[in-house]
Amino acid sequence: MPANLWPSSTDLLRFGPEILLTLIGTLFMVLEPLLDGKRIFRTLSILTLLGAAGVTLAAHDAPGLSFSNMVIVDGFATFFRLLVLGVAILTVFLSGDYLEKEGHETGEFYALVLFSVVGQCIMACANELIMVFVGIEISSIASYILTGYLRDDKRNNEAAIKYFLLGSFATAFLLYGVAWIYGLTGSTNLTDIRTVLSSPNFTNSASLVGMSAALMFVGFAFKVSAAPFQSWAPDVYQGAPSPVSAFMSAGPKAAAFAVFIRVFLTAYGPISDTWTPLVAMAALATMTIGNFAALRQTNIKRLLAYSSIAHAGYVLVAIAAHSTVGTQAVMFYLASYVFMNVGAFAVVTYFARKGEQYVSIDDLSGLAVRQPAMAAMLTIFMLSLIGVPLTAGFFGKFYIFKAALDANLVWLTILGLLNSAVAAYYYLRILVVMYMREPGEATNNMDEAPFALRVTVWASALATLVLGVMPGLLLDVAGRWVLAIAR
Amino acid sequence: MMGVILFAIFATAAVACGINLVLQRHPVTSALSLIGVMGSLAVLYLLLGAEFIAAVQLIVYAGAIMVLFLFVIMLLNAGEERKIPGKSLVSKLIGLPVFVLFLGLVAYLIQTQYTHAGSPVEFDAFTGGGPREVGKALFTTYLLPFEVTSVLILIAILGAIVLARKEID
Repeated sequence: MPANLWPSSTDLLRFGPEILLTLIGTLFMVLEPLLDGKRIFRTLSILTLLGAAGVTLAAHDAPGLSFSNMVIVDGFATFFRLLVLGVAILTVFLSGDYLEKEGHETGEFYALVLFSVVGQCIMACANELIMVFVGIEISSIASYILTGYLRDDKRNNEAAIKYFLLGSFATAFLLYGVAWIYGLTGSTNLTDIRTVLSSPNFTNSASLVGMSAALMFVGFAFKVSAAPFQSWAPDVYQGAPSPVSAFMSAGPKAAAFAVFIRVFLTAYGPISDTWTPLVAMAALATMTIGNFAALRQTNIKRLLAYSSIAHAGYVLVAIAAHSTVGTQAVMFYLASYVFMNVGAFAVVTYFARKGEQYVSIDDLSGLAVRQPAMAAMLTIFMLSLIGVPLTAGFFGKFYIFKAALDANLVWLTILGLLNSAVAAYYYLRILVVMYMREPGEATNNMDEAPFALRVTVWASALATLVLGVMPGLLLDVAGRWVLAIAR
Repeated sequence: MMGVILFAIFATAAVACGINLVLQRHPVTSALSLIGVMGSLAVLYLLLGAEFIAAVQLIVYAGAIMVLFLFVIMLLNAGEERKIPGKSLVSKLIGLPVFVLFLGLVAYLIQTQYTHAGSPVEFDAFTGGGPREVGKALFTTYLLPFEVTSVLILIAILGAIVLARKEID
């Protein structure tokens, strides 16, 4: 029987966002040498990403499995697809003026962002370990290149090579884990693995399956910068161009969490007793290392990197809870984290100026006098990162620790809350420098922020506040689209 | 029986070449050891009945890719690797024992815990590894990963252009 090779229209729709982004990304590569002005790529990228978001919503109305169960479109996939598309839109807004200032604006940058989003969207909807791997690799390779994008800058080069070498090593662990679970269950499909693992005929011991889960955990933990695989993050976030750091700390990370949750909840759901303690320990280590290392930082990008490690730890707390409420909390947290973190990096991008000369915390002194609006925005982001009420960060942490308490992880909750208190110190230090010191050399001669950058900052701040006042808006969506835990 | 003997020979060769690859200080010697690893792996694939993969392994990896590899090394005129002095004490002292411990754990787990209906591995038992079967799987069940991999390669090419072209204007 000749197989019908052309996929059905439903299949195409379910994979529509990725197809659209790939086509336009390829188009960028063709257009790049033909167009003199590169600004047009900003508009085109935004339109493409918005279009992909539209297709994502359209695909959401036709949920189900596609392409021989390779791809699953459900609420969880839609949520994370929209999230990474949103991050990419903010990144494009943020990057345009930065790249122009550095004299390196090309169509390739935007093509790389689009392709990276393709990888992240695949991660969000993958229902098969091979797709997971390919998605992670697309997203990672794009990140490696974006990190080293300003190739005449030594810091970029160093960050890119470190990221590339360590990232490849981590991916190898992930692949080894995939090989193990394939050897044990004879399948790489997440639902099939689950079926095999929970069937009574499955005689292999949990320690073998646990071994494969542990190996895959190494790969995922690296991608979300969880301890003890976090050491790349500070170097990379510090060395990469600021808009790229904003992008990496939000988009690929959220997608990695999405795929982490889907693999561990779906495929490894039947052996959850084996991996939840591991994740809980990693969560504790990640929070503690991130927060305590951040206390001593003087470079604001490095500080934000350690803060992002700490936040990965909070998210792991909710994953360790292994409950539907926990997953819902992760979704809420990651979405609100995207806004506060991209916002904070946007202010850093603005402040650092050409060649990123001003990235030390002391340089911020007196920002509130010279640029009260920007200082106020950065304050909002910092307060939200601390988790102060009326900001999104508060409800994010609240839901996470509530989920942990519901799962009887009392010790983890207490240590997590103590960690948040430690974290307040280094975020507040930035506020002190901004508001209580006299303006210095760095703050005295600042230009007006470009329009697109202001849009990013204002939009992020607005979202942070709106979610802080009305968390229900997002929480309801997360609740409807959450990846339910089948018992 | 023949299968087991061949397996023992080529598995040992693969591991030996792999270790040599890491230990050698000259990139050309390392690359040549890699060819040894790839060649031995091809024989292992063949023993398991994956003829197509074995052929691809030889033609693409041991052949084309390694030739490119050697070209690059020779074009760059890469000499003997310099010894890095500032290696941390921790990695020196703990690295190897942890690695050996990991291998031991893996071997122990497989040896004691792995149960399988029938014998674990039978050489010559599997016959679905020809080009026809692989092609069929690749263009039906695994069509999407196959296509998406092209994006992966495309982005690598794009990256090479971004990072290596003459100048960015």
